[in-house]
Amino acid sequence: MSNTEVEVADINIDVKHLTRVEGHGNIVVNMSAGKVEKVQWQVPEAPRFFEAMVRGRHFDDIQTIVSRICGICSISHSLVATKAVENALGIEVSEQTDMLRLLMHYSEQLQSHVLHVGYLVAPDLFGAPSVVPLISQAPDAVLTIIRAHRVANQWSEVLAGRITHPITIVPGGMSMIPTEAQLGDLAETLKATIPDLLTVADVVLSVAENLPAFDRETEYVSLKQDNPPTYTFYHGDIASTDGYTAPVDKWESVANEYVVGQSTAKWAKWHRDSYAVGALARFNNNAELISPLGKAVAEKFGLEKGCCNPFMNNVAQLAECAHVVESALELIDKLLTKGLKKEKVQVKPRAGKGTAAVEAPRGILFHTYEFDDKGDCVAANLGIPTNQNHANIQKDFEAFVPQFAERGEDALRMGLEMLVRSYDPCISCSTHMLNIEFVK
Amino acid sequence: MSKPRVAIFDFACCEGCQLQIVNLEEEILDLIGAVDMVKWREAMSESSEDYDIAIIEGSITRPEDEDRIRSIRSRAKVLIAIGACATMGGLNKLKNNFDMDDVRQCVYGDAGRMEHLDTAPTKAVDEVVKVDYKVHGCPMNPEEFTYVVRCLLMGKTPHIPDYPVCVECKMKENVCRWEYGEICLGPITRAGCGAKCPSASFRCFGCRGYVDDPNMTAAKDVMDKYGLSVDMLKSKLVLFGSKQGPSYE
Repeated sequence: MSNTEVEVADINIDVKHLTRVEGHGNIVVNMSAGKVEKVQWQVPEAPRFFEAMVRGRHFDDIQTIVSRICGICSISHSLVATKAVENALGIEVSEQTDMLRLLMHYSEQLQSHVLHVGYLVAPDLFGAPSVVPLISQAPDAVLTIIRAHRVANQWSEVLAGRITHPITIVPGGMSMIPTEAQLGDLAETLKATIPDLLTVADVVLSVAENLPAFDRETEYVSLKQDNPPTYTFYHGDIASTDGYTAPVDKWESVANEYVVGQSTAKWAKWHRDSYAVGALARFNNNAELISPLGKAVAEKFGLEKGCCNPFMNNVAQLAECAHVVESALELIDKLLTKGLKKEKVQVKPRAGKGTAAVEAPRGILFHTYEFDDKGDCVAANLGIPTNQNHANIQKDFEAFVPQFAERGEDALRMGLEMLVRSYDPCISCSTHMLNIEFVK
Repeated sequence: MSKPRVAIFDFACCEGCQLQIVNLEEEILDLIGAVDMVKWREAMSESSEDYDIAIIEGSITRPEDEDRIRSIRSRAKVLIAIGACATMGGLNKLKNNFDMDDVRQCVYGDAGRMEHLDTAPTKAVDEVVKVDYKVHGCPMNPEEFTYVVRCLLMGKTPHIPDYPVCVECKMKENVCRWEYGEICLGPITRAGCGAKCPSASFRCFGCRGYVDDPNMTAAKDVMDKYGLSVDMLKSKLVLFGSKQGPSYE
């Protein structure tokens, strides 16, 4: 290599089982004489085969089973499964049920986002290996994060019956509804938590310069709801920042799972080589509809619609924390004005196929089920957010490595780890995920 | 006395039981103060292979996972299984009702033949190595978890309920779910959850496993009384209790 102008040290990054992410992922980078030889985002998670396991199960057990796909987003999985079952069985739920479920769903966004930004991402920004050393370094900040997390969990418990794996969602309605007094108390608790959420945002803002300046254009895919226009997590159609839309029941032709090189790795793509889902995708599709406080948080960080820096997903999550609390307060107000009433749920099995979508905290989530006339499941297909981000993470890696390699191996590894974490991956969720063998 | 060194490991699961540790909220600071947390991949980048207590979440579904759990067992003085996946295989055992090739084909199509998608019938942790303590439930009950850890730190033996969920449900004055025509597994399922599900008007689905000596005759009598079919009962029994495996000896 006598022609090489600058001597570049070889880089060999081999991160086995990346820490501070849900599930198991590996990062492999090999560079020799300044030339990238291999860049891989691998997933060795033990597959769990949920789509196979639900076969033969009665429709009223589906939610209980698939909730266990993910502890962190169990509410999203329960809700989307129940909506898909209802779609298959031709059930329309009441407005009250819809509102209570949406209120429950908001609680999970807050719980998951605070957990992700506060416990998993913040240590990177403070240069700490975990939140543990921060307990003594920045006790007030840590206690504020814990308090916000506790409020989100208490909120879940009021609607879902307990904190993880909800027990109130049944096909056709809710097995238990909160009392009006509980909702009133919840509203007071949520109002009181707003200053804490703004503090968390300010804490992150104080170290936001440590979020790498890295842009890569991609297609951002999320739900979009026009009637009424809403920053939606729960209703609407599939939309992308490239201007395309699709009804939810056509999700399989949006995800277009495909295989790369000789390795038969399944990735997702719609109109480009890859697409991204999650808070930044929702923001990029719906920014003008975010609540006033959500907008204020985004503005603090200079987050604007059209942002294509994946690290800003963390910031979009912070904006959504404020948004879901404000939206929940409006929703509680509406529920209390109408008054809550106990509704009877009656569901009869029938043969049919149903699909539904919700926004899990980490991106758009699809479930499809088919039932026989006894109401037993004959087939299922699940579209998981992290699967949809997988190719996009790989494409980000390929752009990131040449740009940041000159900072040296340690900084590059740290940057790649942060890049994966910024997607808030939920690898246990990704039942489809395969090992990637990237062929240059 | 120096603080015990604690490591947390996850196998096939939803990681919801680790989440219950995070969900201790302010109390987690007491836990971190009382022990020396040396490894917890989901929350920490710090890592050590030198530990006294290993906390295991998830079930064993691949040969390489059997090697990994044996290696952990050989290093740990005490091994605690947390959550249904670890204590009895949990929902992951639903897979065992099918042929493994069929399961792979169903989810991955022809790609399911690839080596890294190999899967074996699901095992609970104690079907592979000795387990010293179990914290039951899906998810585990965080209060029971801290109780077990407290007992360990104080050198006491934790007492886990060996009576059915019905006992706790009656104390909550709930109307029996069977009165609503539902198949509730309360009569044979280990208590300790506070009967959370029936208290939310949701049938017990047995996530804490059977009591040590489940009274199946009584369960069948209840079923006959309400005129429900044996097939329905069987279907509910396998949800979490599917082939509750033999214990390690």
